[in-house]
Amino acid sequence: MSAAKNRHNTEDYLQMYRQMVRIRAFEDNANQLYLSARMPGLTHMYSGQEAVAVGICEALTDEDRITSTHRGHGHCVAKGADLKTMFCELLGKAEGYCRGKGGSMHIADQSHGNLGANAIVGGSMGIATGAALSAKRLGREFVTVCFFGDGATAQGLWYEVMNMAALWRLPVIYACENNGYSEYTRTEEIAAGSLIARAQAFGVEAFQVDGQDVLAVNELTQQLVGRCRKGEGPFFIELDTYRYHGHHVGDINRDYYRSRDEEAEWKKLRDPITNFGKWLIDQKIMSADELVAIDEEISADAQAAVQYALDAPYPDVNEVDMHVFSGVDHALEYTGGAHR
Amino acid sequence: MTREITLSKAVNEAIAEEMRRDASVILLGEDVAEAGTPFKVLSGLVEEFGTDRVIDTPISEPGFMGIAVGAAMTGLRPVVDLMFGDFLYLVMDQLCNQAAKTHYMSGGKLTVPLVLRTNMGATRRSAAQHSQSLQALVAHIPGLKVAMPSSAYEAKGLLKTAIRDDNPVVIFEDKLMYQDKAPVPEEEYLVPFGKAHIKREGRDVTLVATSSMVQVAEEAAEALAGDGISAEVIDPRTIVPLDEQTILNSVRKTSRAIVIDEGHQSYGVTAEIAARIGEKAFYHLDAPVIRMGAMDVPVPFSPALEDLTVPNAAGVAENARRICRGELIHAA
Repeated sequence: MSAAKNRHNTEDYLQMYRQMVRIRAFEDNANQLYLSARMPGLTHMYSGQEAVAVGICEALTDEDRITSTHRGHGHCVAKGADLKTMFCELLGKAEGYCRGKGGSMHIADQSHGNLGANAIVGGSMGIATGAALSAKRLGREFVTVCFFGDGATAQGLWYEVMNMAALWRLPVIYACENNGYSEYTRTEEIAAGSLIARAQAFGVEAFQVDGQDVLAVNELTQQLVGRCRKGEGPFFIELDTYRYHGHHVGDINRDYYRSRDEEAEWKKLRDPITNFGKWLIDQKIMSADELVAIDEEISADAQAAVQYALDAPYPDVNEVDMHVFSGVDHALEYTGGAHR
Repeated sequence: MTREITLSKAVNEAIAEEMRRDASVILLGEDVAEAGTPFKVLSGLVEEFGTDRVIDTPISEPGFMGIAVGAAMTGLRPVVDLMFGDFLYLVMDQLCNQAAKTHYMSGGKLTVPLVLRTNMGATRRSAAQHSQSLQALVAHIPGLKVAMPSSAYEAKGLLKTAIRDDNPVVIFEDKLMYQDKAPVPEEEYLVPFGKAHIKREGRDVTLVATSSMVQVAEEAAEALAGDGISAEVIDPRTIVPLDEQTILNSVRKTSRAIVIDEGHQSYGVTAEIAARIGEKAFYHLDAPVIRMGAMDVPVPFSPALEDLTVPNAAGVAENARRICRGELIHAA
């Protein structure tokens, strides 16, 4: 953990701690909803990677945009979403951020600049770059952060859009969360050479940072966001991190690609929340008791949010063909196509 | 005032007018600026609007398509030029998984106002990867609107409507028609989506035809008139949304229908329209609805083969004569 640069930034530190704990609490509850068969479908847990989403998003304003991934709950929380509306989306309820039409893999609080979680690996790289083009063309100051995993670096789209972002000097930061695994395969088996060298080949300034160190992530991102606003983008960051769960919640027997010892070691030595909590205590910013109180408060909030979502109504059936087209109330009447 | 201009000029005028009207409209694609595209459709635009708004991209179709989607979600109205319709396969994820679904997946919170202009049409001796008519591919995807202009008039009016639409719209221009002239008003006009045009009224058989096939149908109707058969020609102008009512009203009157489109026949636009006529006007029909699409083969290079693969006026007229005589064309 870095040294405290600004001891007076207690509120910022606490916000980062709280946001990481909120993500962990969200994911723990989501996992329980899956295990108890109360959640439709599957979900991909962000636990273990909290310092990445929080360190980056705490360097952004509400105007700044992000694009998220199938493992997107952490980005969604970190960009300002509330847990109630998120759990509603996770359970397909009408009050969800996407009115229950997106679910876990498309969850996003659009009003805080989240342009959506994307279930196509690497699928949002163009969208993020396009948002940066808008900022530049419209003379707006917002910066776009494109979150993606190490697995997505195998998609050709990244190289196409990074080329254009570099040519056109777009205010976009490509943030690669390298958790070491591309679904069920060790990334070192599928990635040749170095990831930052790939970005550097396009003339894009590239950085590596410990993705378990929220302060280091935040400090780097603040610098790069500032430089993006001055027209010095794009940038690439590789964040070294780890996912505690399998590829998704159902990926439980995973010894064939990852050992339990390795997982235990990361949790024991490199947990972003535990380590940041220790640092807050060491720096005398917070006491252990105060942190426990925060943890308990957030845990209770999360449980209340789950209960709220469980009790919330599903969308009315007549919503099924709404929101297919903007400006069209019901798509089936409009296209004359499929019948119920 | 109406003058005659080419389809190419009509497209150029539509984009220029909308770019003047709305500063958020941008144009991007391969060789759209100084080159004005290989078909010279966009010549002159970069001189008026500059390289900030007329943006040459690398040869990276998925990349610039994805960038257009993100730009559309955040305040711009991109008009994307896809040099050949055959390159749709390269942009399918960005178009069909991203652009088409974003509004729905976000519960209506995000919109993607973009236009993808591309082309279609065989018999240009361009072989299998530069000749396809892939409108069925995108018309299949909920969330995309699909326009198929049949002349310079429609090309201009539909494109202006498309640019003002808050949804992703794909427009297919027939690349063999870029130099075809048609009367186009000097003053501004729009052609609405979902409103078919009855190109020619008739009593005996309805010819529903898209894009270049409208000319084929009109030529067939002319020949049929000489035989005493009165054919009605309907141009749907957009296939999503489809003006089903105008087509069904016509078929209820004529009792016979042939549907003509240059895409491959199987699982195609002709199949969809024929099926709707069959479902909704069955008891008005005196003959099976006939589909006429492109032959289900990759488009061959040799002129001796290529011309066989697309519907022509003689074939349409012959099928019309036979169904009017009560003959079965595809007997079981």
